[in-house]
Amino acid sequence: MVSLLEIVIPVEATGLFSYAWLMIAIPLVVSAILLLGGKATDAWGHWLGVLGALGSFVVTAVLWIQMLGAPVDQRAVHVPMFDWISVGSLDLKAALLVDQLSILFALLVTGVGSLIFIYSVGYMAHDPNRRRFFAFLNLFIVAMLTLVLADNYALLFVGWEGVGLASYLLIGFWQERHSAALAAKKAFVVNRIGDLGLLLAMFTMVALFGSVNFTEVNQAASSAGSGWLTALGLFLLLAACGKSAQVPLQSWLLDAMEGPTPVSALIHAATMVTAGVYLVVRSHSIYELTAAASLAVCIVGVVTLLAGAWIGSTKDDIKKVLAGSTMSQIGYMMLAAGIGPAGGAFAIFHLFTHGFFKANMFLGAGSVMHAMNDDTDMRHFGALRKVMPWTFITFAIGYLAIIGIPPFAGFYSKDHIVVAAWERGWYFGVLAIVGAGITAFYMTRLMMMTFFGTKRWADGVHPHESPKIMVGPLVVLSIGAAVLGMILNNSIQHWLAPPTGGHPHDAALWEIPWQGWVTLLVVLVGVAIGYLMYRGEISFEQPHTTNPIVYIGRNDLLADKFNDAVFVRGGGKAAAGVAAVDDLLVDGGVRSTATLATSLGGALGKLENGYTRSYGLTMVIGVVVVGAVLILGRLA
Amino acid sequence: MSPNAYVVLSAILFSIGLLGFLIRRNVLIAFMSVELMLNSANLAMVAFSYANGTLLGQVGAFFVMVVAACEVVIGLAIIMIIFKTRRSASVDDQNQLKH
Repeated sequence: MVSLLEIVIPVEATGLFSYAWLMIAIPLVVSAILLLGGKATDAWGHWLGVLGALGSFVVTAVLWIQMLGAPVDQRAVHVPMFDWISVGSLDLKAALLVDQLSILFALLVTGVGSLIFIYSVGYMAHDPNRRRFFAFLNLFIVAMLTLVLADNYALLFVGWEGVGLASYLLIGFWQERHSAALAAKKAFVVNRIGDLGLLLAMFTMVALFGSVNFTEVNQAASSAGSGWLTALGLFLLLAACGKSAQVPLQSWLLDAMEGPTPVSALIHAATMVTAGVYLVVRSHSIYELTAAASLAVCIVGVVTLLAGAWIGSTKDDIKKVLAGSTMSQIGYMMLAAGIGPAGGAFAIFHLFTHGFFKANMFLGAGSVMHAMNDDTDMRHFGALRKVMPWTFITFAIGYLAIIGIPPFAGFYSKDHIVVAAWERGWYFGVLAIVGAGITAFYMTRLMMMTFFGTKRWADGVHPHESPKIMVGPLVVLSIGAAVLGMILNNSIQHWLAPPTGGHPHDAALWEIPWQGWVTLLVVLVGVAIGYLMYRGEISFEQPHTTNPIVYIGRNDLLADKFNDAVFVRGGGKAAAGVAAVDDLLVDGGVRSTATLATSLGGALGKLENGYTRSYGLTMVIGVVVVGAVLILGRLA
Repeated sequence: MSPNAYVVLSAILFSIGLLGFLIRRNVLIAFMSVELMLNSANLAMVAFSYANGTLLGQVGAFFVMVVAACEVVIGLAIIMIIFKTRRSASVDDQNQLKH
């Protein structure tokens, strides 16, 4: 149970913190200039776009340093902006909450974001719409920062929808491709289902607590009935599932890879898809009070981490392997977030390190694609290690980080989650360890097929190392992927303790618990299997398979077929049924009223025969009737 | 004085006017029948006014006369124009306004 003392009341903003809105305002202005300026900004628009992200990063970093210097109870800062909605008893103010959790997220968004922006300058160099691309990226940064810095669910929802819009615009950036347009639409529609969850959660909060403010909801949470809290937890989980591509709303993420690769790195790996984890961690005081909802979060996390790994193991498209891997890693984060205060900080820790190593690998994949004429099929790669040394080394660091080899970042963050999952229930621990093994397998497969083995390049492809402007960000991100785990291993628990309600216990850098050793062993087995299976010849074409496991994995766990059969066709039938009822009852009623009016009119029309005498007679009869009624009324 | 005779006379005049309006085809006769009904009503009003000892009915009769005068002017003008254009004074010929 949460005692009131543990809920942090943010202090009012003073000094530099009152300028926190600049974090959002800078990219917003840049985005507006790029969108409104049109072709006039084509020549320098991309650099302005980079400046937008960098400027926001500088503001964030300054505030972070300021926060580091503040005492612990002064670190959560409330930054009022303006009165937003004031209706009846609901008084909603647009305000920012800059605390340990949101500043960490803002650092990730703007820091990794800036690196990806710089990379994109090179990656999108030959695209005629590069300016529009940077405008949308800045729009994304605006929305994402609104999401994480909001101090209430309503403003968070604005950011939530904003990132959905930016994601839609960027997945469909190459709108001339039919598949990209479809993928964008799919992402948008699936996200709407999650949004429904967030809306329902907000309605419930207003009904229960009369407020959607984080602090007020946290304070009031314990006063609500357990049934309502469970409903609230499940609504928020639905929202998180939609945004974070968790089962059962995972089907959009693989298609989202239609977007340009920097978009996949920034939005569909490092930041936006982790918003669901942020939402769950932010609402931890609700989940702590409802065992059922937090168990549901854990189950969703475990199922997704295995489902993502399954998909990742069977795909030949390098970006889709990474997308499956993203799903899987976010599954780990959800699992940790569902465990409660003990896991919340680790969820964010893994989210942070994942932001680095996954962005690193996605950009590396982009670099490979750049060299291979935008081919994404790993069966057409092979032996790229010598041709693209920088891409290979940085990618390899990301690889070691994600499979969790010490001392790389993923080892520490995943290790904590495995231990926490084990303490929650041994079955969760076992499944998390199995997931780590499969992760090692498919990442080894990816490495073997892309960088090792024999050349299987298509005709006319001459791979080359990417330009410096693309390699630079890769190097920075891989350094992050290498060292961040060691740096943050202990400190992040203490840093995140107030916002996540956790109780930090010291974690030594070189002391590995037994679960860690088991994980490491399983990972090595996964690596060995991956190596043995893919060291030989790999066919240029994808071989036909009768293995149901491979078949299901290649077809995204049949999610599209399921959705099509149940929701599209089932929904179509339901709609047809409703339409038939509507036609019979509602339209039938309307039509018979109309028929009645016409036939009555036709009958009365016959009285209009044009003869004055008959009109006169009608009047006389009318007068006689009225007179009779009046007189009889008197008598009665 | 009892108003009975006047009221009976008024009723007789009204009935004649009504029947004339309903039966006769000539526009002018029909028009005169309407006037007859108006004046029979006037007579009834004046009779009741006298019986009640107030002037309201007599004032009302004056109003009716004024309105009737106006109506006659407009009505006769319309009849004149219709006769000019259609060369007919029969009510039954003016039956274009129908469903």
